[in-house]
Amino acid sequence: MKPLIQASAGSDMQRRGLLQSAHSLRWIIWGATALVMLVLPLVFSSGFAIALLSQIGIMIIFALSYNMLLGQTGMLSFGHAVYSGLGAFVAAHVLNQIGASHFPLPVSLLPLVGGFGGMLFGVLFGYVTTRKSGTTFAMITLGIGEMVAASSLMFPGFFGGEGGVPTNRTVGHAVLGITYVIALWCLVSMIAMYAWTQTPLGRIANAVRDNPERAEFVGYNTQRVRFLVMVLSAFFAGIAGGLSVIDFEIVTAENVGAAQSAGVLLATFIGGGAFFFGPVIGSVLFVLFAVALSNLTPAWLLYLGLFFVLVVMYVPGGVSSLLMKQVPLIAARKLHRMLPSYAAVLGAAMMVLCALVLTVELVYKLQIDSDNGTAMRLAGLSFDAASWAPRAVAAMLWVLGALASRLAAARLRDAWDRVQREIAGSNA
Amino acid sequence: MTSALELREVRKQFGRTEIIRGVNLDIAKGERHALIGPNGAGKSTTFNLISGRIAPSSGTVKLNGVDIGGLPPYKINRMGLSRSFQVTNIFHRLSVFENLRCSVLWALGYRYSFWHRLEQLRDARERAEAVLELIGLQGRHDTLAGLLTYAEQRALEIGITIAGGAEVILLDEPTAGMSRSESDHAVELIRRVTVGKTLVMVEHDMSVVFGLADRISVLVYGEVIATDTPQAIRNNRSVKEAYLGSTLDEPAGTH
Amino acid sequence: MEFLTISLLNGVSYGLLLFMLSSGLTLIFSMMGVLNFAHASFYMLGAYLAYTIASKIGFWPALVVAPVLVAGVGALVERFGLRTVHKFGQVAELLFTFGLSYLIVEGVKLVWGLAAVPYAIPPELNGALFKVFGSEFPKYRAFMMLISVAMLAALYLLLTRTRIGLVIQASLTHPEMVEALGHNVQRVFMLVFAGGAALAGLAGMIGGNAFVTSPSMGESVGTIVFVIAVVGGMGSLPGAFIASLLIGIMQTFAVTIDASLSDLFSLAGVAVTDNTAMSSLLRMPVSQVAPILPYLLMVLMMILRPRGLLGKREG
Repeated sequence: MKPLIQASAGSDMQRRGLLQSAHSLRWIIWGATALVMLVLPLVFSSGFAIALLSQIGIMIIFALSYNMLLGQTGMLSFGHAVYSGLGAFVAAHVLNQIGASHFPLPVSLLPLVGGFGGMLFGVLFGYVTTRKSGTTFAMITLGIGEMVAASSLMFPGFFGGEGGVPTNRTVGHAVLGITYVIALWCLVSMIAMYAWTQTPLGRIANAVRDNPERAEFVGYNTQRVRFLVMVLSAFFAGIAGGLSVIDFEIVTAENVGAAQSAGVLLATFIGGGAFFFGPVIGSVLFVLFAVALSNLTPAWLLYLGLFFVLVVMYVPGGVSSLLMKQVPLIAARKLHRMLPSYAAVLGAAMMVLCALVLTVELVYKLQIDSDNGTAMRLAGLSFDAASWAPRAVAAMLWVLGALASRLAAARLRDAWDRVQREIAGSNA
Repeated sequence: MTSALELREVRKQFGRTEIIRGVNLDIAKGERHALIGPNGAGKSTTFNLISGRIAPSSGTVKLNGVDIGGLPPYKINRMGLSRSFQVTNIFHRLSVFENLRCSVLWALGYRYSFWHRLEQLRDARERAEAVLELIGLQGRHDTLAGLLTYAEQRALEIGITIAGGAEVILLDEPTAGMSRSESDHAVELIRRVTVGKTLVMVEHDMSVVFGLADRISVLVYGEVIATDTPQAIRNNRSVKEAYLGSTLDEPAGTH
Repeated sequence: MEFLTISLLNGVSYGLLLFMLSSGLTLIFSMMGVLNFAHASFYMLGAYLAYTIASKIGFWPALVVAPVLVAGVGALVERFGLRTVHKFGQVAELLFTFGLSYLIVEGVKLVWGLAAVPYAIPPELNGALFKVFGSEFPKYRAFMMLISVAMLAALYLLLTRTRIGLVIQASLTHPEMVEALGHNVQRVFMLVFAGGAALAGLAGMIGGNAFVTSPSMGESVGTIVFVIAVVGGMGSLPGAFIASLLIGIMQTFAVTIDASLSDLFSLAGVAVTDNTAMSSLLRMPVSQVAPILPYLLMVLMMILRPRGLLGKREG
C-alpha cells in the first residue's frame, strides 16, 4: 500500500494552516456583516427604507431558522410560521405585561421570550410532526399549520379574536433604535445558527439529510435528531416572531397563517439551502419582492409564484448556488470569459420579462380593473389597454424574447462547457 | 462461553412467502465467519434481520447473549454491532472525513450535543483520521463522498462500518463489483480492520471467502444447510449440489 | 331520526366527493412518488371550466368536456414541468407543484376575476329526490354520489382489468423493467398524472355548484385532502376511502351539533362557570370546533398510529 507517514504529516500541517486562515476569514466575514448592518440604516434612512431593512432583518432570522430544517436536515415544512407566530403571540402578551409594569424585562430582551414561546410549541407540535419524515412530514406540518390558524378564533384570550393582540413598545426607543435592536438580534442569531452547524448535532443533521438509514446504523435515532432540530429551529423562529412584535406592535392570526409559512419557504428556497448565506440572500430578495413589488402592481403574487416555479425548475440550488458556481471561475481567473454570455442571457430575460409584465398588466387592467376605464400607465408610458397597439407590442416582445432566449441559452451552454474544459485542462 | 451472535430458528415472512425458513447460526467471539449461498438464498435478508433493518417473524437473534430481535437499528448498533451495505450507503454530500467523523460521534459519547464545537473534539478528529488512514483514503480527506470512485466508496463503506469500534462487524458483499486487484486490496483491508473483532461476511467471491473465513455457513432457500471449516465445506456433497457443481472447485473468483 | 338519515346521506356524499379528490392524489403519489400540491387547484379549475362551458353548451356536455380539459392541463404540466424537475428529487417535485398551485389560483383570478362565480345546479337536477320524515334529500347530492361511485368503479376496472391498467400497476414498482419490456413509461406517467387531474376536475365540476365556486375554494378542501391522505396512510387507496368517508361524515355532523363539552360535564353533574379554567373552550359548541376536527384526527393518528389507517410501515 502507499507509504503514508510523510504524506499525511505534510497534508495534515497543510490542513492546519488552511484551518487557521479559515478562522481569520470567518472573523473578517462576521465583522464585515456587522459593519454593513451598522451602516445601511444610516445610508438608506428614509422611513420606507428603514421599514424595509427591519423586515429584512427579521426575515433573515426566520429564513435561517427554516433552513436548519430544510437545507441542513432535509425536512420540508409547510407550517413553520406556527412557531414564529405563536412565539410572537407569547411575546405580545408579555410586552403588554411589561407595559403595565407587571413584568420587569427590558423590551430589547423580548425576542428571547418569543424564542422560548416558539420553542415550547416546537416541543409540543414537534413531537407529533417528527414522527414521520419526508413527504408525510410535510403534509403533517401543513395540517398543523391549518389547525393553528383555524383555532385562532377559538381562543380569543390568547389570539385576541379577529383584531389580534395590539401592543406598545413602551420604553421610548427612537425608530432608529428599533432598527438596531433588530440588527443586533439578527447578528447574534446568525452567529448562533452558524455555530450550530459546526456542532455534533449539526453535522449529524446533515448525515440524516443525506442518508437517514445509514445514520441509524451508526447509532443515531433519526427521529430524535429531527425532533431536536425542530425544537431549536422553533426557538429561532420565535425570536423572529418576538422581533416582529417590537417592529409592528401587533400580532394577528395572519402571523401563523399559510401565507407566512409559504413566504419563508420561498425566501429560503430562492436563496438556496446548501450554503449558510443562501437564506440571507433569499430574505433580501423576498422582502423586496413582497413589499416593494406589492406596492407597484396588484399582480405581484403571480410574478412571485412564477419566479419561484422557474427557480425550482432551472436553479433548484437557489441564487447562492449560482454565485458559488462562479467561485472556481474566479479562482482560475476565467470569469470574464463568461460575462458576454451572461449579458446575452440577461438581455433575453429582460425581453421576456417585459413581454410578461405587459401581458399580465394588460389582462389585469381589462379583467379586474376595467371599472376605472382602460387607460393605464406602465414604466412611465401611458396607453389605452383596450387598443390593439399594446397587444401587438406584447406579442412582438414574446416572439423576440423566445428567440433571443433560445440563442442566448445555447451560447451560454457552449461558453460554460468551454470554460469548464479549460479549467479542467489546466488542473490536470 | 456466550457466542457473539446466535440465531435460533429465525423465520421471516413477506406476505405469504417465507423467505427465511428457520436459520440457525452460532458465531463465536473473534471468529471470521462467511455466509455463502446461491442468489436469492436470503443472505442479505438474514443480515437485515440481524442488524435491525427488518424484524424476524419468529425465532430469536441474540447479540452477546442479549435478545435483539425487533430492536431498531440504532439500538443494535449501540450494543456493539455494525454493518456495511451491498449497495453503497454513504453520506454523499459530506466529505470523506466528515463521513467518518459522523460514524464515531455516538460511540465517543457526544450524542445529540449542540454545545460542543466539532473542531475542538480532538478524539473524534483523531479517530476519524486513524480510520481514514486505515482504509487508505487520506488523499481524499475533503472530497465529497458522492464524487469518489466505486472502489473508494466501497472502502469508505467499510470505514464507516468499523469507525464506531463495534465488536461485531457484518460486511455485505464488500468486494461486489471489484476487479481482481481491487478485491485483493479489499481483503487486506478487511483483514486489517477486523483484528480481534467478530466478522460475519456475505460473499460470492470464493477466493475471498477461503482466504478470510475461519468457518463458512451455506444458506440455501432460507435455510443453513451446512456450517463447517472451509475445507469441509469444499468437500460437502449437498453444498456442491446446491451450487450445481460450479464455483467451489475454482480457486479464482468468477467476476 | 330523520336528521340522522339526512345528515348521514349528506356526509356520505361529501365523503365520496373527498374520495374522488383524494383518490387522484393517492394514485399520483403511489405511481409517481409525487405529492401533487396543485391537486386542489385542478379541482378549482374543473369547477371554473365547467361554469364557462356549461354556460355555453350546457351542463351535460360540460360534464365530459371540463374534466378532459383539466386532464389536458395536467398532461402539459407533467410533460413540460414535472419531467424537468424530476431529476432534482422529491423535494423539488413537491415544491414545483406547490408553486404551481399558487400560479393556477392567480391565473384563475386573472381570467375569471376575484369574486365567486354563479356556477349553478342545472334545473333538472334541482329539488328534492325524496323526503325522509319531512326533511328533503336534494337530487343533486344523489347525483354527486352516483357520479362518484360510477367514476371510481370505472377506475377500479381500468386498473385491474385492462392492459393499460396492468402496465400502470407494474410501472408503480418497476418502471425500468416495464420500460425494458417496450412500454413508454414516460407516457404512462403522463397518463396517470392527467388521469388524476381529470378526477380532480370532475370533482370540481360536480362539487363547484353544490358548494361555492371562488378562487379560494381550493385552499380549505386542499388541506383536508392531504389530511385524508395522511390519516388513511400515504399511498393507500382503501385507506383514503375510509378516511374520506370518516371525515366527510364527521364534518357534516359536527357543524350541526350545538352541544359542547360543558354540556357533557353538566350531564355528569359538573358545572362549568365563568371561573372554570378554559371555560371558553369547554363551552364552545362542537359546530365552532368543526373546522379543526380533521386536523385533530390527524394529530391523534400521528401519535397513536403514525403509518395511518392502512398505510405500509416505512422500511
